[in-house]
Amino acid sequence: MIVKTKGVYVMSFASAVGTKEGEGPLKNRFDYIDKDDRFGMNTWEKAESESARLALSLALSKAPMAPSEVDLLLAGDLENQCVASCYGLLSFEIPYLGIYGACSNLTEGMAIASMLISGGAARRAAVVTSSHNCAAERQYRNPIEYGGQRPPTAQWTVTGAGGYILGERGKVKIVDCLVGVVQDKGQKDISNMGAAMAPAAADTLLRYFKESGTSAKDYDLIITGDLGIHGSELFKDLCKQSGYPVGNHADCGMLMYGENQDAHMGGSGCGCIATVFGAHFLPHMECGKLTNVLLMATGALMSKDSITQGQNIPAVAHLVHLMYGENETGSRPCGSAERRNHE
Amino acid sequence: MDINKEEYKKLVKRRAPKSPCLKNCCFAFLIGGGICVLGQAMFDFYRHFTNYTDESVYVCVTVTMIFLAALLTGLGVFDSIAKVAGAGTLVPVTGFANSVVSPAIDTKAEGLILGVGAKIFTVAGPVILYGILSGALYGVVLLVMNALE
Repeated sequence: MIVKTKGVYVMSFASAVGTKEGEGPLKNRFDYIDKDDRFGMNTWEKAESESARLALSLALSKAPMAPSEVDLLLAGDLENQCVASCYGLLSFEIPYLGIYGACSNLTEGMAIASMLISGGAARRAAVVTSSHNCAAERQYRNPIEYGGQRPPTAQWTVTGAGGYILGERGKVKIVDCLVGVVQDKGQKDISNMGAAMAPAAADTLLRYFKESGTSAKDYDLIITGDLGIHGSELFKDLCKQSGYPVGNHADCGMLMYGENQDAHMGGSGCGCIATVFGAHFLPHMECGKLTNVLLMATGALMSKDSITQGQNIPAVAHLVHLMYGENETGSRPCGSAERRNHE
Repeated sequence: MDINKEEYKKLVKRRAPKSPCLKNCCFAFLIGGGICVLGQAMFDFYRHFTNYTDESVYVCVTVTMIFLAALLTGLGVFDSIAKVAGAGTLVPVTGFANSVVSPAIDTKAEGLILGVGAKIFTVAGPVILYGILSGALYGVVLLVMNALE
């Protein structure tokens, strides 16, 4: 069921990314680029926590706002028991709700936060999601220095964190949201996340179109999180087969890295959509160049044990509908940011 | 969305980019072959400059190769070579060395007992376990065959 939200705006955003991300095509858009992916810490897990802390800290200072002015914090990551988020964000002392939807964390958090704000449970809420390439690789796949060949369908887990503050004013409004249904289409390949997640994205989008009576052409852009090149093709195939072709689609995973960065099908991880949407698309929305957008983060919900025990990889996608709609005086100039041709 | 698992699997298979098999095989052959040439050069070196028996020289070569692979893993270079070489670095003893050293580096932060000690063989463990088991099995077969003669 599509949930209409009332008076929820994106108030502030900030991103903190790793070295490889900082060398990619979006390098000038990020707020913080770390020099060695360690964020000054001695373990990868602590590095991810620090990236989450930085993202929220920068988002608060850009607002500007004190942590005490935020009523609720929703955060999640890819590490077991979501430790990156709770360790990284405990110093803010904001009431905390940990969330887990793998790479779908961002829109899961945005949807829950919007509902809570609309319902009066909070005035302002922060949504923070992060991932770290090394922390994720070592948890889900092989040791970092293990020498092996990644198959061509593989994606590169983004090192980065995005922090969003939602509240009563801003230029981008969250209009409504749709919580996804978990999809299992029999995929088992841990090195092909795009194929596992594409059906979830297609299912959520089709449910949204059917319930709202709209189609892709009613929106400026349909943005997915980290389907990658292969997953995006499958996603568009599935939508087309169901009679809802999607031409105006952009995938954050495909935008994160350049062709020579050895990322295969593109970026993935919670940090991918969290940083790319905020750093690349949000500025276009804030100046009205993009006015009507559907944002979908997709998450593959497996663990290392479920994979070795032979289970399929289920996936989920949550949708957030964003519109340009001012709730503050004066408009921000667009600057040098230009709308790209995504197709 | 009306697509069943079987139809979707077919679609994924059709759309998935294929591994460059011929290119991978060529690099595996060249780099794997290069490692073997290096081993042979070491063998000749040890035999020429030491008075060890051939059996000891074989051990020296293996130990040196393991040391080099471990060093390159520690320096963060091995995985960059292996990315291109594939089976070329995996099959020789270099692959085994890497599979032991890489988890050791990874788990250092978790301590010497519960980290390195417990997890050093997470990748190489099956090779060690089933290597020893098949060795023992071979010994039993040999014992029975000798007894029957």
